[in-house]
Parts: sequence; structure tokens; C-alpha cells
Amino acid sequence: MKQPAISKQAANNQMGLQLNDFVIKLANVNGTGSASANGLLSKTIFRMGVPISAKNFFPSNIQGLPTWYEVRVSKDGYQARSGRVDVMVAMNAETYADDVAEVSAGGYLLYDSSWPMNKELLRDDVTFLGIPLAKHCAAEFDSARVRILMKNVMYVGALVALLDLDIAVVEGLLEEQFAAKPKLVPLNMRAVKMGYDYAMEHFNCPLPVRVARMDVTHNQIMMDGNTAAGLGCMYAGATVGAWYPITPSTSLMDAFDGFCQRFRQDPETGEKHYCVIQAEDELSAIGMVIGASWNGARAFTPTSGPGISLMSEFIGFAYFTELPAVLFDVQRVGPSTGMPTRTQQGDVMMCAYASHGDTKHVCLYPADPEECFYLSVKAFDLAEQLQTPVFVLSDLDIGMNEWQCPELQWDDAYQPNRGKVLDAEALDKIERFYRYMDIDGDGICARSLPGVHPKGAFFTRGSGHNKYGAYTEDPDQYQEVLDRLTRKFKTAASVVPEAVIHQQNGVTDAVIAYGSSDCAVREALDRLKEQGMHLNYLRIRAFPFGEEVEAFINAHQGVFVVEQNRDAQMVSLLTLETGVDKNKLVPLLHYGGFPLYAEFVVNQVSAHLNKRKNA
Amino acid sequence: MSYISKPVARHPGQKKNSLGLTARDYEGGMSTLCAGCGHDSITAALIQAFFELEVPPHRVAKLSGIGCSSKTPAYFLSASHGLNSVHGRMPSIATGANAACSDLTYVGISGDGDSLSIGLGQFAHAMRRNLNMLYIIENNGVYGLTKGQFSASADIGSKSKRGVPNRFEPIDPVLTAIAMGGSFVARSFSGDKQQLVPLIKAGMAHKGFALLDIISPCVTFNDHDGSTKSYKYTRDNFTEVTHADFVPPAQEITIKYDQGSVQPVTLHDGSRIYLRKIAEDYDPSDRSSASAYIQSHQEKGEVVTGLLYMNSDAPDMHATNQTVATPLRDQDYSVLCPGADALKALQHGYR
Repeated sequence: MKQPAISKQAANNQMGLQLNDFVIKLANVNGTGSASANGLLSKTIFRMGVPISAKNFFPSNIQGLPTWYEVRVSKDGYQARSGRVDVMVAMNAETYADDVAEVSAGGYLLYDSSWPMNKELLRDDVTFLGIPLAKHCAAEFDSARVRILMKNVMYVGALVALLDLDIAVVEGLLEEQFAAKPKLVPLNMRAVKMGYDYAMEHFNCPLPVRVARMDVTHNQIMMDGNTAAGLGCMYAGATVGAWYPITPSTSLMDAFDGFCQRFRQDPETGEKHYCVIQAEDELSAIGMVIGASWNGARAFTPTSGPGISLMSEFIGFAYFTELPAVLFDVQRVGPSTGMPTRTQQGDVMMCAYASHGDTKHVCLYPADPEECFYLSVKAFDLAEQLQTPVFVLSDLDIGMNEWQCPELQWDDAYQPNRGKVLDAEALDKIERFYRYMDIDGDGICARSLPGVHPKGAFFTRGSGHNKYGAYTEDPDQYQEVLDRLTRKFKTAASVVPEAVIHQQNGVTDAVIAYGSSDCAVREALDRLKEQGMHLNYLRIRAFPFGEEVEAFINAHQGVFVVEQNRDAQMVSLLTLETGVDKNKLVPLLHYGGFPLYAEFVVNQVSAHLNKRKNA
Repeated sequence: MSYISKPVARHPGQKKNSLGLTARDYEGGMSTLCAGCGHDSITAALIQAFFELEVPPHRVAKLSGIGCSSKTPAYFLSASHGLNSVHGRMPSIATGANAACSDLTYVGISGDGDSLSIGLGQFAHAMRRNLNMLYIIENNGVYGLTKGQFSASADIGSKSKRGVPNRFEPIDPVLTAIAMGGSFVARSFSGDKQQLVPLIKAGMAHKGFALLDIISPCVTFNDHDGSTKSYKYTRDNFTEVTHADFVPPAQEITIKYDQGSVQPVTLHDGSRIYLRKIAEDYDPSDRSSASAYIQSHQEKGEVVTGLLYMNSDAPDMHATNQTVATPLRDQDYSVLCPGADALKALQHGYR
């Protein structure tokens, strides 16, 4: 006999069919093995050819605190959060109240009915689906650890029935996951079937909220931005990586190290064609990067905001001595320790002007993991071409969440741009080498590497120097070097990645965004369009800004600038570094720590536009 | 840092080494330190050591931080590459530089402020990694450029120029180095070139972290009565426990040693150190007894000098990392990039 849902009224209120367009949220306890079960669920949907986006909302904790995983199933391929929850899998009794409250009207809540649900939490507009997971697992499995793990797998099994997932896909994924320990496949499948059978027997499966096979993910991958960036560093030919562990950037170096072990370590001798150094702190990590770059290796450091703060002195050194360095700032919520496991775009200003004195730095803003890969490679080319530090500003949302993105491509014809480096032959031919002479007017001077040729010997100093590279305290000589650095920064504006522009003639209003806001903004623009509000869109990909950014702003009546920080940092940067009318720029700021979602942009933009219309 | 170019003087009779270079070719700009500064004597010892070792100057990388000591790389080997970094951070520059290119000679010049205060963390960790470099601390117990504050190496009771005694425990670079994994630890005195030059040579030949703590009196701020880092105090209390002679690879041994009193140590590059014990009860191969000896003599006010600890078998950073022999910066890009097919294949794991 099918168990009736707790709320009959809710059953009557069921929405219509919601095919491939809904959100499942899973509330778990950190450290209970739920991550792999939740990954199994999202990958199953992805393998069924249906676009998804998956995000983790986790605490700064190893075990015991609440953690959530959200899977958005979106036939249209939207990657941002949707702002609603259609199916809640509530596995953490401590957060029941919040989790129940968060379910959108007409939605479903799956919970472990081994213990009764507090009746006060029940809602009429939500269907409660109770499965005695703990009870079944206790009866079926011996060890305590296995019981905890299998409880997770069992709810995946129930969701297979409820959401109409393909059980063969689940089994295939388990076989891949446990290729090295095939004994674990039948164990996990037993738990999947337990959940599946229970749901089939007790509920009306599948729910109106369900998945149907599509065929739009075959050339797509699911990858997080840190993995993509680590991969990019390997493909760029980086050989030295120095770092100090910090959330949310740690997995970037783990990825680089892992890929290098696979592709750059001799399986027989163990010899490595790379060197990863876990530094004692970030001050040291950036010093190592600068030392390695000075000596001609491609070197990088991944970190987050607090790390950049610590690195600032050396960043100015690299700027003034004109040494390449690639820094990944996987931004988290500041100021101070802030919220280490939440996302923000709070380091825009700090990175652009890091260090004392007059300094300006090249910054790149990848929008997603795919771009993390390509812009990593670009960062090394720019750092060496421009002989200066280059920042890649990703964030926790991009860095640590698996995004669906097109398969990464590589052109075997690519050769690293090492910039103006004089080799032994070139040095032999010149009469005398002067480090800071701008021969061709682009502000970039030729450099020499230590040990290559006696004529290349040169003393690198962070103290005042003239164009010959000699120490100076002379105002004119010092200023000549500083002014050339300004010229170099102008050159940088012409070689950094251009902004991405979507525009139509006759549209007067526009949106500017950058980094991880892109997906939510694009979805918002689609929705605004459906409501009759047409806006053009420019996505900034780099600082210094190319001419197209200023031209775009000048061509529009009003420009909304969407940012994930409190102080509208990109608006500040645009105001300081371009000649645009700052009154045109309307900041739309979302900075609570969770990723941006489309509805926020839709509501803010339409409110502004309506207000203007009514004014 | 400030320096004055030296006038070019040619002395046709000057001795040349096998590279055809004279000692003059190993010099640098004119020092701008105070007249009589111990650091200038160390500079002279370095010039002599590099000249005699016949090192091609452009294969040497000179690195430093900030302070009087850190200015000195401008005063020797002007034909070498140098990098004057930020305060206390020379070890990280050296680590990265060495990671990128293992086959240059790295010499770092630091001071007691640079290494024992602001840079203590980096100093300790470079030793922990047994980075292959010669690391010299020009130790005078005082901050010179900021006019006479005590540094972390000042002894308890040592008096400032105004007569104020230091009250804090000193950090001894030698004891710190022995504790942190430095595989070659020596102390010397800027006023004793006989001891200093062979130690510099041995430290360079040693494959691993070679710390050379050199007491180098500050004539302006710390050379008065009551200072334990003055010329007079150092001379009076200098206790040499070992004497090292250095013989480069393929050079005949010309000095005669009494059997039994001298211990030869062969280094990785084939050079040899002949270690003569002056204090019979001192054992430079035993970390714990060496530490105890230095500490107990220090308590008596003695400055124990010589090659104080050595382990020529400790793996350096690259050996621990298993880095390939050819420097990383010289690797061909085709070796580093797995290419398009590999990228396609590895993405199967991300579906």
C-alpha cells in the first residue's frame, strides 16, 4: 500500500509537470560522506544529457556542521542559482526548520522518517516524503561507518525513482568510481536499490518534478575552476609553483600537482619536471615565485584575499623590478578572516593597486572554469610579455564548484610568449646590456636571465634605479623609469583580453559585470527581455580596460554594474581609470556570500527602470 | 643600494686564475659602508674565495635582503647577477631561483636584523628544506641604517652606545641552524681572513644549506666597551674549536697533516675539507653534542668558531623533490605540455 504523503492538501496542490527545470537541494552534516553521494546524483543527471549546475554551501569546518549541496537542473543550461528549491533532501535534523521553510510552495521534502518529524514544522504547501533510511541501513549493514555512508546512497536511490533517473547510469558511474575496488559496486548498488524500491512502493513515482533524457551535454564536462586553472598552469608550461594552503584556493595547487604527477613525472625514475613548494607563508610563496621568474621559469602562486594582503610588499617589488609573476586570487568573503567558505568579489581594488607607492597591476577576471583554463595560460603569456605580476581573480563559486562547461580545447601550435628575453647569442652581439632601456617605445625593456652570458649580468634592485639599471636618488632619472612604467601599462591595455559585448542597436541601457556574476546576469537579461526590457551587456575580462569599455559606457544612457562586493569596487576602478561619467554607473551589489542569482538582477534592474519611467 | 663606481686601474703584473681573470675581476662597486666596517672585510674574503675557486662570475647569483649587510652584494662580483630583495625575504627568492635553476652558485648575504628578526621564518624554512646555497649572516648585533637599535642577536647585558643594556635573550644563528636542519654550520669573524676564506669556499662546495655566521663589528654603533659584538670583545673571546682547510677538486694536497689529528671530508663535487680539531672534545658531526658544547661555552662568554656542524649526506631540496637534473627553466616546452590529445583524453574523467 502506498504511504500517503503527510500533507494531503499539498498533494492536491501539486504543480504541473516540471521537466528538466527544477532545483534539488540536499541538506547534510559535514563529514558524513554525503559529497560523493550528491556527486553521484548530479553526475547521473548530467550523463542523461541534461544540463545542470551544482553548488556546495559548506561551513569552515571538517566535521559536524551543516552543509548543503544544490543541483539546478536547467534545460536551458543556466548555470547560476535559481533562487528556488523544488525538492529538499533534509538529512540534517538540526537544520530541519530552515530547510522546510526554504522549500518553494508546491515543492517536496524528503526526510529520514526513522524518527518522527516535528509536526510543527509541517507545511501545507509542501509534500513531505518520509523514508526510514537509518532504520533500513541499520538492518542491512554491519559497521557504523558503512551505515552512515549507505544512508546517503539510499536517498540517491529514492531520488532515482522520484525523479525518473536512469538506474543504469548510476551503476555505470559507481563502476567507474570504484574501478580500483570493484567489491564496493554491489554494496552501493544494494543501497541504491533499497531507496529505489522503497520509493516505488510508497510514493507516486515519478514526481511531476522530473528528469527526461536530453542530448545537450555530450561535448560538455563538469569541472571546478581550480582544477581548470591548475590544468592551465601545466599547459602553460609552468614549472615552479609555490603556495601556502588557504581556502578556497588550495585545490588549485592540488590539481596542478596531480596533473604534473601524471604527465611530468617519470614513472620509472620518479624524476619530476616541476617543483611544487609548500611555503611557510604567503610572503615566502610570492618570493619563491619572483625568484623563479627572475631565473627564467614560469612560476605561479594560488591564494585568496588574506594571502594577497601578505604578499603586497613583494608584489610592489616585482612591479618595480619588472619581473613576471602569476597570482591566482580565488576570492572569498572579507574583510579579515571573513567567511572563508563563502564567495565574493571583494579583492578587485586591492589587486589592481596592491603594494605601497604608485603601482598598478594587470588583472584577469575569468567567468567560469572554462575561462579559468584559458586565462591561466594567457596570464603567463602576459606576465612574461609585460614583465609584471598578473592576477587571475577567480572566486570560491568558480573555484570550488563543478560547473558544466564545453570541453577544453588545446592548439598544439601554441608556443609560450616568453617576452623580450635576450639569449646568449643576442647578448654576445650587443656592446653593453642596460636593463631598463625602452628601445621600441612600448614601455617594455629587454631582460636577461642569470648565468646565461657574462654580458647579461645585472643587479636587480627594488630601490630607485635609472634606465641603465643603476641605483639612483636623482628625481629625473627615477621619474623617467616611473613614467615608462605608465607607458607599459598603456601597452598592457592593448594586449589583455577584450571585453565580451552583447549589444543591439537602439538599446539605451546596459549592464556591466565580470567574473562569476556572468551566468546570473545572462539569465537575468533573458528574463528582462521576456518582460520587454532590452539591455546591452558588456563583460569585463581584464584590467587595465581596453578602449571598448569606455566606448561602451559612453554609448549608453545608464549602465548597471553588477558586483559581488559592498563598495562597488569595479565602479571605483572604472571611475578612476576611464573618463566616463560616473553618474551613469548604477551599482547592483550582492555580497552576502552566496553566489549571485538572476532574480536579484531582474528585480533590481526592473525596479530602477520602472522608477525612472515613473519619475 | 648606494655605491660608487671604482676607477679602472690596470696592474699588468696581477695574478690571473685559470679563467684568465684577476682578483680585480671579482670586485664590485666601491663600498659606501663606514670606514672600518667588518662587512668590508667579509667582502674582501668573498672576492678572494671566488677568485681562488675560479668561478665564472656570471654563474654566480648574489642575493640579499635589506640592511647594511644586504648592500654588500654591490661591492663584489659586479660581473654576477644579483638581486636585492625586500627585508627578510632573501631566502624565499633564493628558494625560487634555485627551484628554477639548480646549476648556478647561490650566495645570500644577510644580517642579524634581516635573518633573525623580520626574516626568521624564511631563514628557518630555507634550512629546513636544505636549500643548496651559501648563506652568510654579517652579524653585528645592531641595526645600523636606523641608527643603533639592538638586534635579536644582541647578548643579554651587552650595552648600547648610550650604555643601556639589552635585556632579551639572543637568537643565536648557529644554534638555530643546527636545530633547523642546516647541513653546514660555521661561525667566523670578519677580522680573521685565514679562517674565513676556507669556510666560504667549503660552504660554496657543500651541497645543501651552508650557514656562515660571521661576527662583523659595527664601528659606528656597536664597537664600544660593554658591547659583546665589538672588535675587542670578539678577539678576546674568540675560541676556534675546528679549523677547516679547503682543497678544490683535482688540486694536489700541499699541506702536510699529522695523521690522526685531521679529518678529511670529500664533498659532492670532489673537493675536500681537511678538518683540524683544535678543541679535542668537539665533534662537528654530532648535532646534539655540538649544540651542547656551543651553548655551554657561550655561557662562559666564549665565541665558539670554526666549522661547527656538517652533514654532507643530507638531501637538498631538489633531491627531496626528485627534480630532474637539467634545470627546470631549461626544459623544452614540448616536455612540459602534454598536448591536445592528452587534454581530450583526460577530460573523460570529467563527464
